[in-house]
Parts: sequence; structure tokens; C-alpha cells
Amino acid sequence: MSLPVAAHTILGIRGAYWNTALLKAVAVLLVAPTGALLIVYLFMFKMMAHMQSRLGPMEVGPHGTLQAIAEAVKWLQKEDVFPERADRFVFAMAPVVVLVSTFLVYVVIPASPREVAANLDTGILFALAVSSVSVIGVLMAGWASANKYSLIGALRAAGQLIAYELPLVLAVVGVVMQAGSLSLNRIVAAQAHFKLFGFGGLGLFAIPQVVGLFLFLVAAQAELTQTPFDMPVAESELVAGFMTEYTGFRFLLFFIGEFATAFALAGLGATLFLGGWYFPGWGLPFGHLAWTREVLGPLVLLAKILGLLFVIFWVRFSFPRFREDQLQAFAWKFLIPLSLTNILVTGILKVAFHA
Amino acid sequence: MTVTESQKAAYIAGQAADARVRVEIEAEGMTLNLGPQHPATHGTLRIIVRLDGEQVVWADPVPGYMHRGYEKLCEVRDYAQVTTLINRIDWLGSFANEVPFILAAEELMGIEAPPRAQYIRTILFELARIANVCLFLGDMGVQLGAITPVFYAFRDREFVLNLIESATGGRFHPNFDRIGGIKDDLPKGWIDECRVALGRVRGFCDQMEDLLVGNVIFQQRTRGIGVIPRDIALEYGVSGANARASGIDWDLRRDQPSPLAWKHADWKVFTHPDGDSFARYWVRLQEVREATRIVEQLMDGLPAGPIRAKVPARIRVPAGEAWVHTENPLGEMGYYVVSDGSPGGPFRCKIRTPSFSNISIVPWLLRGVFVPDVITILASLYFILGDIDR
Amino acid sequence: MPELPRAVEDALAIPKGFAKGLGVTLKNLFTPAETVQYPREKEAITPRARGVITLKEDNCTVCMLCARQCPDWCIYIEGHKDKEPPRREGGKPRTVAKLDRFDIDFSLCMYCGICVEVCPFDALHWSPEFEYSEPSIADLLHDKLRLGQWEATVPEAPALEAGAEAPKGKKK
Repeated sequence: MSLPVAAHTILGIRGAYWNTALLKAVAVLLVAPTGALLIVYLFMFKMMAHMQSRLGPMEVGPHGTLQAIAEAVKWLQKEDVFPERADRFVFAMAPVVVLVSTFLVYVVIPASPREVAANLDTGILFALAVSSVSVIGVLMAGWASANKYSLIGALRAAGQLIAYELPLVLAVVGVVMQAGSLSLNRIVAAQAHFKLFGFGGLGLFAIPQVVGLFLFLVAAQAELTQTPFDMPVAESELVAGFMTEYTGFRFLLFFIGEFATAFALAGLGATLFLGGWYFPGWGLPFGHLAWTREVLGPLVLLAKILGLLFVIFWVRFSFPRFREDQLQAFAWKFLIPLSLTNILVTGILKVAFHA
Repeated sequence: MTVTESQKAAYIAGQAADARVRVEIEAEGMTLNLGPQHPATHGTLRIIVRLDGEQVVWADPVPGYMHRGYEKLCEVRDYAQVTTLINRIDWLGSFANEVPFILAAEELMGIEAPPRAQYIRTILFELARIANVCLFLGDMGVQLGAITPVFYAFRDREFVLNLIESATGGRFHPNFDRIGGIKDDLPKGWIDECRVALGRVRGFCDQMEDLLVGNVIFQQRTRGIGVIPRDIALEYGVSGANARASGIDWDLRRDQPSPLAWKHADWKVFTHPDGDSFARYWVRLQEVREATRIVEQLMDGLPAGPIRAKVPARIRVPAGEAWVHTENPLGEMGYYVVSDGSPGGPFRCKIRTPSFSNISIVPWLLRGVFVPDVITILASLYFILGDIDR
Repeated sequence: MPELPRAVEDALAIPKGFAKGLGVTLKNLFTPAETVQYPREKEAITPRARGVITLKEDNCTVCMLCARQCPDWCIYIEGHKDKEPPRREGGKPRTVAKLDRFDIDFSLCMYCGICVEVCPFDALHWSPEFEYSEPSIADLLHDKLRLGQWEATVPEAPALEAGAEAPKGKKK
């Protein structure tokens, strides 16, 4: 396994700090919306359509492949409306806060041993901390809209997001204990070396941490306010969600933020539980073929991300939604005790087998 | 800077709106207006709800946004034209609207339709029930957040609508019942197509069972929500599946003598003791399955013969009054037809629609209910605006 | 299968219920969609479908029954009487009604079919053609020429199911 690289190199090529940082920022800014639009097309347009016995967009581009771009252009060309009594600055900054918190998560996800924007030693802690900043963005949006229904929706959303942060973090703690490190690249390495009763090489923590994976997926579903946890968004039945007063470019920012977060959370899940960029067999010395890891690693990671997102969206299209109090009860009375038990059992087993 | 008149007016309006908002916030509770344009109500129903925090203090449905003046129209149209118009009262199960009116006219004229016509009327009546209730089964899912079942509902309903179209010419408005029988006989191959469609409907019911009824989230959202006790249901005139879900064992198809062919099929009436939203969903699901069985049996036993009794070309209904009610998909629908013996249309036609009585229980039912459950309850009562407002 | 205690069965019913629901949507994912991509693909329409009303002008005697019976009053008829020579020698001159104008306003028509049923001379028929939407409402008024052109699309009356009586006369 190659060691984490220093901040001044990209893929082994040395450069000044400012231009490597700029290139990494551009890479993140390109990957995030592309990932978001890819998910929107694959899952929201096509998978939802076929699960509902219909075809989805077929006109724009072959089989509707350009529909997501058409949607983005549509939102861009709408009028930029501010509610009259809205707090302009906060109203404008709210989607930016949400987006920034999402993009920062992309910074630590490794697409291959050397393709990571910032190989932090506290990788996963940074990612979880930064992703929870989006709650502030939601509250800003609800408050600044000067609309009591938006405020109620935002408060509900914030309550839900905070409640489900805990199972998310506690599920990850099990993985961190198993890997012995917070750095994402080291967690992937730990998965590559993991052996269960002498059998190894699969490169997954999903088997020993199956409860953790379940918790992570459920908490991710709630963090993304997807059905069955979409009360804040389905408030539009009675009251409007926190996004009501947003239109045009700002709504597009929220929209991209939502799907970029999905991509990022799935990226974290794939890295923590499914082995990230690791494909079984790549631990072996490749010699002069080591560069294949750089090329194929991102593709393997993408495949695992799409697999996790498939499950998340599959559940989204199949189930009705929880009521707010049932949602909170589910988080506090079921998920958190389960995650604490998971940590306990992981600790006991780790000490018992010193694996 | 000069201020225009419109700017002045806008400023004053803004101040007035502010004052109103302040009054609202200071006043007890918040008044919420559900509708008339709203994704949750099936049409233009306005429900004014006063909230105290999360709970409903009182609720007041305001129907009438879709009132089309049917009873007045019936006075100035003749029987054939009225048959055409009343299709549009409950537009999802439209053949069922024609039947009680035609039966009332036949009763006044003393005409009996031949058995084949009665069988075909019953078959189409049950198909209307299937089309109507299948939509409910999917729609309740949407109101609760499950977006997929409604697509299956529309997909499998298409087969039933195609059947109705191939027999009558219209998917939604068949206009097929005539005094003395029905307009046309069934086209060749219809019975086989019908069996295929019924198979699909049964498959759809099984899918709804898996997707919604067996889902614990659905059960948590509907069990114990919006309980209508048996005596309250009787007091408010709740009918149809809503009543049967409260434990009232009453079905006009079985309990009222009718010239239609229900007595020739072997079928069950489903009731549920709980009276909550889950019970209403469950009863309707079983009713759709039972309706497919009724249609199968009636098609097996379809007698040969004419489809229309001998009726004079110029219909002239003798003076008299007739009241005929039937178990329509939404509940008990009835027509009280008064004729004064003149040629032309009825003198007066009073239309008793099920949804109007079903939503009379909304003020009683919504007291003390939490806001997210309001949608569940309204969805489970299943009313159609055309049926409420006529 | 051994009998499980009620509480365990109830608890197991929850994930089983979820799994069944997920199974339904997954199965549907791999079933081909039912969508008919109109206007590239078109469904077969049943012959009895009430698409448009057609006029056989030769049969029309300007009796005005259809216009009278229409619940929406969307049929506009104008006619005049012509004197025609007697059919045979020494007879009286005949008066024949000639149709000047026969318009059906399809923006008002509610497709009930009363006019078609009521016509005693079999001049009006149903055709399943439905693709006549226009950008301007005024173009939905079909005049007698256009109504006559629709006549070509009127299908044969479909054969009837077993047990039906043979249809009397040529009324559809």
C-alpha cells in the first residue's frame, strides 16, 4: 500500500502549493455537480420511471440523457425572486452554505491511493463534521424566507437532521474501531488486509460491520430527507418546505446540493464499508502496472457508490413516509441504542480476536 | 422622489397585511386554509382548519367550488340528456351513476329490462367500481408518501378503461344505460379481454397488499387514525366502504332488492371492526377483489337474448315518484325522480350522493387530530368533488 | 417450520413486509414499461370509440332532431326547401329539404352520442378518429364538408358476443 502523499504533489508530480490547491479545488468543483447530475439522470429519471412502469425522459438526447442538463438550464433562466421582507444576505447565502458543506466532504474521499484532495489523518471526522454544517444552511433558508410555513418546515428539517446525525456518526465509530484509524485511506487499507476467520482479501467491512452498514444507510436516507424520512420536504402537502421561496439559480443550488450530498454520503459509505477504490487482488505488488490503480480506482469507487445509491433510491421509491414523531422515535429509541450496541459488540469482538 | 398611486396603494395594503398577521399571531390558534387548490384534496374542496400548535381545534369543509347545478339541469333536460350529464357526477366510476336514475325511470314507466341487459349492467357497474377503487388504492399511497403504487394503479386501470371503451365507446363517460336496457351489446372477444383485465387487477391488488398493507410504516400511519365509531357513522350518514370499515354490515347490493344481477353471483361483504384509516383501505382492497369475482361469475352465466325491452321511441314517463338507491363505488347513491307525466325530462330529480354525506363527518373527525394525520384521514375517506358538489 | 412465539413473528413481519415491498418495485424495474410513445407509436383504437361525429349529407333531411336533442346545443343547422319535379309523370312537385349549413362545434360537444342515436335517417355516425386538436378554438367548428370527410373513417360495426341478438336494421 502506498503511503499518503504530501500536500504539494498531485499524483506524484510536485508543484507549488497554490496551483496544486487550485487544481484540486477545480477537480472537486467538477466532480460534485457531475456526480449529482449523473445520479439525477440514472436514479431520479430512469430508475424511478422503470420502477413505475414508465420510460422517463426520452426526448432530450438519446433516451433522455441530456434531460438533467436541460433541467439545469431551465432553472438558470428563471427570474431571481426575493420575497419582499426576506433578509437578502441570509437568503442568498443559505444555499451556498449547504453547497459548501457538501463540497468539503468530497475533499477527503479517496478515489485511489493518491487521488484524494486532502489526505487528512482525521478524514472521516472532518467529513462528518463538515456535512452537519448543512443544517445551518437549512435553518438560514427557513428563517430568511419571511414565511412562517418555511420556518416551520426548516425547524422540522433541522430537528430531523440533527436527530439522525447521531446514528450516522455512531455507525462510523464501529468502522473506525475496526480499522484503528480515522484516515480514509488507512481505513481502505485496513479493509484490504481484513481477514475473517482466516479468509480475507474481499476488502469489505460490510460483513463484520453489517449492522453499521444498515445504520449508515438508514441515517443517510434521513440526512438526505428521502422517503421514508421526507416529512420536511413533503410539508408541501400542508405547508411549504424551507425551499419554497427559492426559485431559479438558488433553487438549482439546493437541488444540486441535495444530490451532491447523496453522492458524497454514498462515497463515504462505499469507502467505509465497501472498500472504496479497492478491488480484491490489488494488494499484490503490481510492479510497473501500479498505475492501473490510479485509473481503475475511481471507476471501482463509482460502481460501489452507484450500488449504495441504488439501495437508497430503491427504498425511497417503495415506502410511504414516517410522521415526524414516529421519525424521531425511530431515531432515538431504535437506531441509537442499536448503534451503541454495535460499538459495544465490535469492541468486545476486536479485543477477543485482536483482529 | 414621487410616489405613484399604485405604490401608495401597495404600501397601505402591506400595512394592512402586517396588521392582519399580527392579529393572527396574537389570536388563539392559526387558521389554515386547505384548498380549494391543494394537492391533497381530490379536487376543489376547501377545508378551513383552525390549529392550536399542531392540533386541529375545529375544521370546516366548504364545498361548492364545483357545483354545476345538476338538480336544476335535470329539470330542463330530458331523460336521455340527463343520462349523459349524470355520468359526470362521480367521474371515476361513471357507469354507476347512470344506473339508479335509469332504474327509477323504468320503475315509473313499469318497464323491466331483459335479463341479459341486467347482467351486462351489473358487469359494467362492477367494472366501474374496480376502476374507481383501484385509483383510491394507489392514491392513498401517494398521500402518505409512497409514490410508486399510484402508477401501478393507473397502469392496471387502463385495461379496465379500455374494456369499458370497447363496449360503450367512452372510457370515462359511457352513456350506455337506456330506459329498458342498454345501448349496444358487447363486441366479440370482450369476455376474453375482460378475463385478462381482471387477472391484471387481481395482480395489482396483490401488489398493493405487498407494497402498502404489509408495510409497517403504512400501518403506523393509518392504524388508529381517524377512527369513526359505528354509531357516529350511522348518525352522519356515512355509507359505502367507510361505513363497512366501522363494522356496519350493510351493502345495498345484498340488502336491497334490485333488478340488477348481483343476486346471481356468489360474493361476500367485507367489514372491519376498527373504523380507522387502515380499515377503510383494507375494506376497499377486498371489495375490488370481490368485484373481480362477481364479474367473472356473471360473465360465466351471461344469458342470451335481447338487450333492450320494447320502449316507445318518444319516451313519456307517467306521473309519479320513484326513489332508487344503489351501492356505488363511493357509497350509497340514490335518485329521487319526480315526474309530472309531461313529455321531456323529469319534473324534479333529487340526487343523493355518497361523498356529500361522507364529508359531513369531517368537522367531527378532525377535532384534536394532529396536522400530518389530516391528510391521511381525508385520503382514507375518499370523496370525489363531482360527487360532493354535483 | 416450528411455531414461533407471537412476539417474534410480529417482529419478523416488519422486515418481511419491507422485503416484499422492495421485491415488488424491483420486479417492476425489470419488467418492460407499458408506455406507448405517442406520437411515434400509436395504440389500436376500438371501433366503437367516440372520436368524432361524421355526417352523411345525402341522408340528412334537415329534420333538426339532432340539433334539438343536443344537450350542449353545439350543432348548427341551416337549410331551405327546394321545389323539385315530381318523381313520375302527373305527380305533384316535391319539396325537398336541402342542407345549407351543418356545423358541429367540437369545443362544446360532450361526445354523448345523443345526436347519432336520435337521427332517424342514419346520417350521423361515430368515428374513432381523435387527432383533430387545433391551436385555435375557432377551428374546432367542423363544417359540413369536413364532417363529410370523416365519413371515410367510420369503421364497420364490430361483431357481437355470443348470445347477442342479431342487430336489427342498420342503426349502430
